[in-house]
Amino acid sequence: MIYWELFLAFFIPNIIGYGGGPAIIPLIEAEVVGRYGWMSAQEFAETLALGNALPSPIATKMAGQVGFEVAGTGGALVAVLATVVPSLLLMLGALGLLYRHRDSPRVKRMSQWVRPVIALMMGWLTLGFFLEGVGGAGLLHTLVIGATAAIALLHFRAHPAIVVLGALVYGGLFLG
Amino acid sequence: MIPLVHQEVVKRHAWMTDEEFADVLAIANTLPGPIATKMPGYIGYRVAGLGGCIIAVSAVIVPMIVAMILLLSVFSHYRDVDWIRGMGQSVVPVVMVMLAQLTLDFWHKSRLALGWAVSLAMAVIAGVLIYGLGLHPGWVIGALLIAALLRPAQKASETRS
Repeated sequence: MIYWELFLAFFIPNIIGYGGGPAIIPLIEAEVVGRYGWMSAQEFAETLALGNALPSPIATKMAGQVGFEVAGTGGALVAVLATVVPSLLLMLGALGLLYRHRDSPRVKRMSQWVRPVIALMMGWLTLGFFLEGVGGAGLLHTLVIGATAAIALLHFRAHPAIVVLGALVYGGLFLG
Repeated sequence: MIPLVHQEVVKRHAWMTDEEFADVLAIANTLPGPIATKMPGYIGYRVAGLGGCIIAVSAVIVPMIVAMILLLSVFSHYRDVDWIRGMGQSVVPVVMVMLAQLTLDFWHKSRLALGWAVSLAMAVIAGVLIYGLGLHPGWVIGALLIAALLRPAQKASETRS
């Protein structure tokens, strides 16, 4: 049942995605590309690039886009609800309990213990996109675009939208 | 985004005090999932019940979801055109760099909290389980979360209120 699979594919990453907002990226990739094969690595990269260029949280944008791609408007709705509702319900329902534990070392430890795993999955995904880039655009173009993007993002702190736009222009001109 | 929400909620509409806002933020941070939907959801619910909750969350997420779907479906439609495909390929190295940056960020925070030896050991073990043995990452992370929650806190860092 496609709606149930969509629900699971977004519910699981969002309920275990401790350690910071972007932590869910490799977890969603593991479901959407790895487990269910709804998207190719190339399509996932396009979704991520656009998701990073537009404002508002990446998790809900990915859910909406992937859900729509897989099962239309109903799919988008299911994926977005799976992303938003569980933690919101917990927040509304367990406010007192959470308030008492908001500074608890255990809660802090949950983020701390998950981070090395996320770092590894993120690194694995980075490597995957390197190989995808070499297979698609070729090694030279991958290095040129990658190095330029790194300088723009890290050194000049350019907005991701500008960097994505620059890459699109480069791709349209030199990779066609 | 949080300072902008604060500006609207506390300063402009006076739906809650500074202190309440800080508490809600701290509570939202104990839960997984994007902070930018938990805050509006909770504030919307407090101000105007279920309808307020739905409207506040929708206002945050719907416009950009629609933009994503429109842009990517137009893009996919013309995927067969050579230069459009080139544009698609060109964003892969950009995403690679963004993820490399996030990898370093997560590694750095992990190293600061746990030390590099523990971080590396946990990363390697998780890598073997997930990519070597094909275990679903949910099991690995779920087990870690439960262990972190159940293991008694050390006396020195025990500061429960």
